[in-house]
Amino acid sequence: MFVASSLNLRGVFLLLISLLLAVNSYAMDAPETVQINALANYYEPVEFDHQLHVDVSGDCSVCHHHTTGTGTTDLYCSKCHGQFEEMVTVSCADCHSAEPFSAESIHRQSQQDLFHVDMNGLMGAYHQNCLGCHQEMDGPTGCQECHARTEAGDKLYHSGEFAPKAPESAASH
Amino acid sequence: MSNVSRRKFLAGGLAGGAAVMLAPAKKALAAGSFTGFPDGMGVLVDLTRCVGCRSCEAACNKEQNLPAPELPFDDLSVFDQTFHHGTQKRRPTEDAYTVVNRYEPENLDKPVYRKIQCNHCNEPSCLTSCFVNAYTKTPEGAVIYNSKVCVGCRTCMVACPFHIPAYSYSKVLDPIVKKCIFCYDSRVKHGKPPACVEICPAQALTFGKRKDLLKIAKMRIKKAPDKYQPEIYGENQVGGTGWLYLSEAPFEQVGFDTTLQKEPIIDNVKGFLGMVPMVLAIWPALFTGFHLLATKHKDHGHDDSHVEEEEQ
Repeated sequence: MFVASSLNLRGVFLLLISLLLAVNSYAMDAPETVQINALANYYEPVEFDHQLHVDVSGDCSVCHHHTTGTGTTDLYCSKCHGQFEEMVTVSCADCHSAEPFSAESIHRQSQQDLFHVDMNGLMGAYHQNCLGCHQEMDGPTGCQECHARTEAGDKLYHSGEFAPKAPESAASH
Repeated sequence: MSNVSRRKFLAGGLAGGAAVMLAPAKKALAAGSFTGFPDGMGVLVDLTRCVGCRSCEAACNKEQNLPAPELPFDDLSVFDQTFHHGTQKRRPTEDAYTVVNRYEPENLDKPVYRKIQCNHCNEPSCLTSCFVNAYTKTPEGAVIYNSKVCVGCRTCMVACPFHIPAYSYSKVLDPIVKKCIFCYDSRVKHGKPPACVEICPAQALTFGKRKDLLKIAKMRIKKAPDKYQPEIYGENQVGGTGWLYLSEAPFEQVGFDTTLQKEPIIDNVKGFLGMVPMVLAIWPALFTGFHLLATKHKDHGHDDSHVEEEEQ
């Protein structure tokens, strides 16, 4: 029990750190990170309640795959990752690249001997994992239920104060 | 003397015409075997992942400096819009190079969202139908368009099997064809993913080399055969497209034309187009020859001398 709670605490800590790092690293990286920067501009960072999700899922591997040393729920993954061994890192951003379509990542897709060629980027991993589960568990699924949109986001979506002045009911073509 | 030189001239003309005919005809036939540039890029659209947030539409609007939309991009009521008495969902226009539509397939308990845009064919029919060569298929895989040479005939709009190119009817002066250009100038040329791919939160869009995307798509189908149709839309349609689709629902239920041929559209007219140079090069010489044979006994030289005699 103690072990489990310390794991949880560690998980919370690591996740918070990784979330902070993930947001910060967007800005710190080389020029290619502009895109991610732009994205961070459109929505505020997520206030993720890790403990709540630990309580709901009850199994770290639901989100963390095989990295937390709790085994894996996916039979497909267990062929290689069946061992109950905690990895050096459990943070999403350490495996899921913030730039899934950089030249380096595109090159990665071409590597014949690599098994995980089809790995989601960080944003894709978050949304597929979170949204997929939220749909099944009746969690919030609206964009702004998890992260509020910023002014730049409103501008991009032509919404809020940037909404079209006279919205017509589209009838003609 | 003059008769001999004329025959020699005609014979030479025929031989020359035949030589001219053979070269371009061969080239025209060979053109049909083009299956795309080896390192051409593409996008794999996984419809099982799309949540219909329309972020791709917003990103496209910004990237391509398109006019402000009639409704905000977070307004999901656009999915209820239909045109032509409910027979048609939204299509790309001069103001929106990509649109997302919602479908409700029979055996699925949730809606399916499908993004449409130019599919960037390996052998585009817009390109092959354009008689001023306004279109270019770049080695990066993008099908781009040069408005400076376009004469506005809109044959490309008829030729496109996906009904993608739109026309700026709103412009009185100098209207042009408008369509998705794969963000070529601003992004893909520099190795960056198009704006829609970059913003997609669920990574429903995967950017990569077309050959790698085919491999990834096949892996996804193999890993979850119950979740996917056993087909990649765009792998074989009209000679293959740069944009590829995976779907849980049968493709015809989510707006795809599953009746398209496997061969590029140009294949339908390749035989005829191969004949054009032959007609242009041979027919004048051939029929001149026939004419001269038919009028052989009415010797011009004799007539001329007769005139000369009369004059004398």
